[in-house]
Amino acid sequence: MKRIQNKLSENNKLLSIYFTAGYPKLDDTVEILQLLEKDGVDMIEIGLPFSDPLADGPTIQESSQVALKNGMTTEILFQQLKDIRKMVSIPLLIMGYFNPVLQFGVENFCKKCAEVGIDGLILPDLPLAEYEEHYAEIFKKYDLLNIFLITPQTSEERIRMIDTASEGFIYMVSSASVTGSSSGFGVSQQEYFKRVESLQLKNPQIVGFGINNSGTFQRATKHAKGAIIGSAFIKMLSEKGLAGISSFIKSIR
Amino acid sequence: MINTQYSNMNYNVNEKGYYGEFGGAYIPEMLYPNVEELRQNYLKVMAEESFQKEFHQLLKDYVGRPTPLYFAKRLSEKYNTKIYLKREDLCHTGAHKVNNTIGQILMAKRLGKTRIIAETGAGQHGVATATVCALMGLECIVFMGEVDIKRQAPNVARMKMLGAKVVPATSGSKTLKDATNEAIRDWINNPVDTHYIIGSVVGPHPYPDMVARFQSVISEEIKTQLKEKEGRENPDFVVACVGGGSNAAGAFYHYLDKPEVGIIAVEAAGKGIDTGESASTSVLGKVGIIHGSKTLLMQTADGQITEPYSISAGLDYPGVGPMHANLFASGRGEFISITDDEAMEAGLKLCKLEGIIPAIESSHALAIFENRKFKKNDVVVVNLSGRGDKDLDIYVNYFKL
Ligand SMILES: Cc1ncc(COP(=O)(O)O)c(C=O)c1O
Repeated sequence: MKRIQNKLSENNKLLSIYFTAGYPKLDDTVEILQLLEKDGVDMIEIGLPFSDPLADGPTIQESSQVALKNGMTTEILFQQLKDIRKMVSIPLLIMGYFNPVLQFGVENFCKKCAEVGIDGLILPDLPLAEYEEHYAEIFKKYDLLNIFLITPQTSEERIRMIDTASEGFIYMVSSASVTGSSSGFGVSQQEYFKRVESLQLKNPQIVGFGINNSGTFQRATKHAKGAIIGSAFIKMLSEKGLAGISSFIKSIR
Repeated sequence: MINTQYSNMNYNVNEKGYYGEFGGAYIPEMLYPNVEELRQNYLKVMAEESFQKEFHQLLKDYVGRPTPLYFAKRLSEKYNTKIYLKREDLCHTGAHKVNNTIGQILMAKRLGKTRIIAETGAGQHGVATATVCALMGLECIVFMGEVDIKRQAPNVARMKMLGAKVVPATSGSKTLKDATNEAIRDWINNPVDTHYIIGSVVGPHPYPDMVARFQSVISEEIKTQLKEKEGRENPDFVVACVGGGSNAAGAFYHYLDKPEVGIIAVEAAGKGIDTGESASTSVLGKVGIIHGSKTLLMQTADGQITEPYSISAGLDYPGVGPMHANLFASGRGEFISITDDEAMEAGLKLCKLEGIIPAIESSHALAIFENRKFKKNDVVVVNLSGRGDKDLDIYVNYFKL
């Protein structure tokens, strides 16, 4: 299907949105996906909520708890996405923690992803070595891309290793932080983005963490292919609901 | 000497960081540099002569080791077997936790870290961490669940006196699991100058192994002390309570590959295993990932971690360390669950029979004698992991004293 690769080969900077499935309401998933596509978003990360999201700040923690309280489960998410490819054509990824995937069964999870038309997975706590040894085959079998993270502390050697293991893009975490922090995009971040740009990796980089408006989007994408907005989008959803999506997306670019 | 070699024992960690199918390092990339730095260095640093010397000197002069192995005569008479208590309650700060924090603070210094973070449940690990930070002049931040801050108030006061900052964890069940989440998030936010002193044999490799090695001084001493008292190094049974499992790991360590020594791990059944208010991970848990480790944990069918319950803050954790998951799965360890009520009764009994007020965690280990029968000549060593000062309010309210 190559939706992600095709999108990455387009000439513009990509805007990607993360939201937590089941938030604000259990059944909002499909409508949010449709609205985001309509408003010109390039790619979407659908968050599978987890009880103990270690790498997330208060906003995504809170949305995950609400989603779980609303009754969201892996099974229900796949049911909601059953006909999504009749309605939405941009690349869709599922982002979540590894334990729910493990309990669903990694192969079963990948199979379901392929059935509903998910293009890739981002599982921050599934380490590279573990993935390659046990799961890479399964991901390939179902034509799913696995997206890895790098951070300002990742060594060049490891970045190159991750680049070799990746297909699609590399998720470049903007600063040493959990999601939703507003450390800004100052000199040290710009240097880090430039440093990674200069490595001329085979995979383009998409920046995430801390992007919350058009200014930070501009700065994040100066040396990268695109950027992901998560916490800021969820904050907007809690304040304005689905009605606020269109003006939020337009305010970014 | 702390052993710094990998062994070919079945029950210890292998080069990849696994105990059987359990362990590993399931961490987000943000934590990779720190955990990898530790993994590459911990055995090397522990093997240095200067490290061993400083570690053992502090254990001796500051912690007060070796702790006694005490033959509990009246308790033995009551249960018609030979019961020895390993008196970790007599360690400085009141529990075994300090064995590990001494080791880790020396490790942190050698890795050039200047800021220390920790999680705590009962507050014993928080106090032990605050203590060694004061000793070394390092900044100390302790994360503690809001519920635990209330039920272990004396330890919160102690941490503050020792100069630590206590940060309440307000998410989830507001207990140990959530405090651990917050500590991990802090580490993600402070990746360069900070060392995370984990308080049990949990977390990503190399933590479970490193903490077990620091705590292994417990069974090393038991061997020597039992030889003096009984003419043999090996007891018939070693008993310890398991929250994450660090006091148990230390008490079991040198007996893991001695099949003649029975290993008994005691978990908190809370109000009863089937009541929905329990922390009996070996019974209620399934294989999954918690705090960076593949192990047994209590979770829903959908893989959401469930909230445990125990009257004892130190045992109120939905997982166990990977070493213990493997002891359970392999059948090497016998696992027993003890309810709140059974533990409280056993705690009071030890006060009356031996004049020792145990931590409620340790009371769980003592409670097995009511149901688990031993032979008259069996030598049973119970690891008395801590003292009950922190729990006086809970005992007093429970027994309406
Ligand atoms: C006295 C005492 N015993 C036992 C424990 C449980 O921890 P672990 O299972 O790591 O020994 C604690 C934890 O706070 C404790 O304070």
